[in-house]
Amino acid sequence: MLLRHTNKDIKERKALNVNPAKTCQPIGAMYASLGIHGCLPHSHGSQGCCAYHRSALTRHYREPVMAATSSFTEGSSVFGGQANLIQAIDNIFTTYDPDIIAVHTTCLSETIGDDVNQITIKAVKDGKVPKGKYVIHASTPSYVGSHVTGFSNMTKAMVMHFAKSTGKPNGKYNIIPGYVEPSDMTEIKRIVEKLGIKPILFPDTSNVLNGPQTGRYSMFPEGGVTIDELKSSGDSMGTIALGSLASADAARSLDSKWRVPCQVQDLPIGLAATDRFVNALRIAAGVSVPDEITRERGQLLDIITDMHQYFYGKKVALSGDPDHLISLTEFLVSIDMAPVHIVTGTSGKDFEKRIQDITSHLPYKVNVKAGGDMFTLHQWIKNEPVDLLIANTYGKYIARDDDIPFIRYGFPILDRIGHSYFPSVCYRGGIRLLEKILDALMDRLDRDAPEEKFELVM
Amino acid sequence: MKNISVLKEREKHIFQKGKDNFDISCEKKSLAGAVSQRACVFCGSRVVLYPIADALHIIHGPIGCASYTWDIRGALSSGPELHRMSFSTDLSETDVIFGGEMKLEKALLELIDKYSPKAAFVYGTCIVGLIGDDVESVCRKVEKITKIPVLPVHSEGFKGTKKDGYKAACDVLFNLINRNGIQKKVPQSINILGEFNIGGETWMIKEYYKKMGINVVSVMSGDGRVKDVTMASSACLNVVQCSGSVTHLAKKMEEEYGIPFIRVSYFGIEDTSDALYRVASFFKENSEILKRTEELVRKEVKAIVPGLSQIKKDLTGKKAAIYVGGAFKAFSLIKALKHLGMEVILAGSQTGTTEDYKILRGMCSKGTIILDDANPLELAKYIMEKDADLFIGGVKERPIAYKLGIGFCDHNHERKIPLAGFVGMQNFAIEVHQTVTSPIWDLVPRRLKKAKQ
Repeated sequence: MLLRHTNKDIKERKALNVNPAKTCQPIGAMYASLGIHGCLPHSHGSQGCCAYHRSALTRHYREPVMAATSSFTEGSSVFGGQANLIQAIDNIFTTYDPDIIAVHTTCLSETIGDDVNQITIKAVKDGKVPKGKYVIHASTPSYVGSHVTGFSNMTKAMVMHFAKSTGKPNGKYNIIPGYVEPSDMTEIKRIVEKLGIKPILFPDTSNVLNGPQTGRYSMFPEGGVTIDELKSSGDSMGTIALGSLASADAARSLDSKWRVPCQVQDLPIGLAATDRFVNALRIAAGVSVPDEITRERGQLLDIITDMHQYFYGKKVALSGDPDHLISLTEFLVSIDMAPVHIVTGTSGKDFEKRIQDITSHLPYKVNVKAGGDMFTLHQWIKNEPVDLLIANTYGKYIARDDDIPFIRYGFPILDRIGHSYFPSVCYRGGIRLLEKILDALMDRLDRDAPEEKFELVM
Repeated sequence: MKNISVLKEREKHIFQKGKDNFDISCEKKSLAGAVSQRACVFCGSRVVLYPIADALHIIHGPIGCASYTWDIRGALSSGPELHRMSFSTDLSETDVIFGGEMKLEKALLELIDKYSPKAAFVYGTCIVGLIGDDVESVCRKVEKITKIPVLPVHSEGFKGTKKDGYKAACDVLFNLINRNGIQKKVPQSINILGEFNIGGETWMIKEYYKKMGINVVSVMSGDGRVKDVTMASSACLNVVQCSGSVTHLAKKMEEEYGIPFIRVSYFGIEDTSDALYRVASFFKENSEILKRTEELVRKEVKAIVPGLSQIKKDLTGKKAAIYVGGAFKAFSLIKALKHLGMEVILAGSQTGTTEDYKILRGMCSKGTIILDDANPLELAKYIMEKDADLFIGGVKERPIAYKLGIGFCDHNHERKIPLAGFVGMQNFAIEVHQTVTSPIWDLVPRRLKKAKQ
């Protein structure tokens, strides 16, 4: 009996989260910080937070994840963490020599009221920050938002701290890829460049969290957006932010502060969302879409048509982060699948509204919840079974309990590889998603087929 | 890799046998700004209590602490699996301002009603310590209504190190035991302490004791049950493994109930045999026990020795680096590795004491690096310098080993096979052999370079 604790009887819960579909802000901030070249993320709080975030990211990426901590004691919790942070900044630059420290707060340091901005100013004044080195910071208390908003806050901090306008356009476009995998960031960059646009992509965790085996251990891997690029982002021709929750804040601050016109797009997951992204790039670059991209689109469409008989009416349950789920739901609906249960752990009314807009024309009821948990999702599934579950690794309990074909997608994935290397965004990513969906559905058909109906050709 | 400088304050935490003659500095808070591999109080409490499978574990705080500890420890249960669910009050900003007591109470009542656990543990996180929730009184109130033990775990992250978390967990366990009063003694009985049933190790060890004719009253906390814990005062002896985590409980039980304790390790042939013999000799008035123990040890050792000798041939002269949580584990590992013909070139721990490091120094050969609360750069530096073939550590160390291109063995939560006892030694030897002699290391740059030279 594995985790068979879920029953059908759904009760409204306000005081309790059972089997979370989110985690806290600081880990998102840490992930974003790792997307700056030469950056050491710093957790301003207890030692445990930093250890947990590093472990979680290490398990997901199977890569060393470096971050420092202010190592709060009872004393610092009473008298404030200023001394710890200043000492930390000093120690970090002396020992690890990063180009930049990205400080994020925790519930502890926020609640005692540490003013990190003032502390970093003091650290600079006291000469603890060597010349040409930087300290940036974002406020990310764990009792607000989720890992996605933590990512957003740190991404915004990057432009707020570095972006300047020299008045001389740099001829580039800022691309904010959202809280996606390193592989997705590479793919987004590839598409942007194919359309003839020079991107400043941030944060960029490719080659940081999916680095090669080199036989060397390097604290600061090759990848990441450079500080010079971030500085230059105020001179860009425009910003395209992908995923409103994770990326819009940074794009809008660039717009309001340095008049860099921004547009917020959905994450380019699936055909239609990728079309909109490519279209935005085409217009921005003033070019027509190159044949290579058109061909990739055609290939995705080809698979959709070739295999559409397997998609028809298949009920899907989804759990993940808002930006992903919006595009994914749209994609599934467009290929005639039926996303009937959709849960994100992150709160926010916009999400539910977007999903309702996408699904309102459908002849069946769609359960959607922002600020929900995996337990609720499981209960929904108990009441109305599905043919496919798409969720992070924790979905495997539900999949096992109710014997549902399962695709791992989102954060964290603790028991499979692939997400770091193969994108699920843009047209090629769409092909990968379809491959995964079809593998799961068709493996099930094979498993359950009686011998006389066990088919060679499908 | 470019040379790294070791921070001045850190120098005292690093000791090289035969070279340095000062004492290692340890049992200190990590330096602010350190990329330490250590965790917090909450983490310590959570790992000790977590394996109690029929209790409700609820985390009072913002969501993170619950998310990161949701079923990450492979502590197996033979029955209920309530411990593998994640329950959190998921405190939000308004709760932080107005307090989370109401939320906690509601959550507890709802969960206890739904799952009928045998006890409830309420873990306090950093924030609870700050906003001043009276968790104690909520627990008392809920206990009155539900008639099951509802116990606060004082595990606010900033109130010390992981060790303080162990202590907080011990206090909870003691509370559970103590509220049941002193129980009638069970003859020839023990409690197994500090054993968490990772990969099913508890089951194996219990089987040994059963064969010896020893009654196991309770295990704290591997495959644990609340009822067994409450009966713990009926045991004649506490057998404590993983000294760091539950010695505090053993000491308390000695003071309160006069139950003596011994510290043992079930890792490696020598230590396992030693553990079983010491328990047998404690019950020496029954000579049958010692006889059965001798028979057991003989049989078990005989079964694995041929396999080990075979493996030793391949491993002799290979070099190992060890970085573990408690230093006690390092002692056993060093012995076991020596048994396999391997040389330990680096030994370190997150939380070792002065006493521990003294013992460690005695066990190591000349030139061995001994580290307290190390950071990844230090670990990587010495592994490269000493040209290790194997790294033994936990989740954060694994990718470092692989990046450097050397074998790795998890001796922490993420081990999937039992490494305790005699069979465990065999499993360990096989795992070490597989990783150290894997042909994949011939593909990575480090060995390629060597082959060219």
